[in-house]
Amino acid sequence: MIRSELIQKIADENPHLYQRDVERIVGTIFDEITDAMARGDRVELRGFGAFSVKKRDARVGRNPRTGESVEVEEKHVPFFKTGKLLRDRLNGK
Amino acid sequence: MSGKTLTRMDLSEAVFREVGLSRNESADLVESVLQHMSDSLVAGEQVKISSFGTFSVRDKAARVGRNPKTGQEVPINPRRVLTFRPSHLMKERVAAGNKS
Repeated sequence: MIRSELIQKIADENPHLYQRDVERIVGTIFDEITDAMARGDRVELRGFGAFSVKKRDARVGRNPRTGESVEVEEKHVPFFKTGKLLRDRLNGK
Repeated sequence: MSGKTLTRMDLSEAVFREVGLSRNESADLVESVLQHMSDSLVAGEQVKISSFGTFSVRDKAARVGRNPKTGQEVPINPRRVLTFRPSHLMKERVAAGNKS
């Protein structure tokens, strides 16, 4: 399923809403999650999962092509942990 | 990391603010978005949200695990796990926003 298919499903269930409003609703939900992580916040959606930010320490990396050492700066990366309910559903429980 | 945790309520509040639907309806819409995504994943589909990221289901084979405390071997059954791969845009935004 891709974004547009998700929007279509929500639109079909809500015939009283304009398509463009459904697009904004879906967009707002995902933007809000990204914005939260950009601030360093967590987003916990019980039953679905939790989005959080993990810190990766600075390290000395290597250019795999040349073997040259390169300093890699500390950085923050998005992380998702599946919720218990969804994990159980994936396994037919 | 500021340590704040957002929930469904914050997402529906954002929908309420942005789109101007009632709080109740906003909450219902957030729920149906999560429900459709979950159903799709449970059906074994990939869920690809452009500029956000991709959720995919992977099959893990059975293996022998070990209780780290007792050292006892325990069989781990084959299972399905969900992985999330953030989009480039999300990675960039999260990296830029948390730069010290």
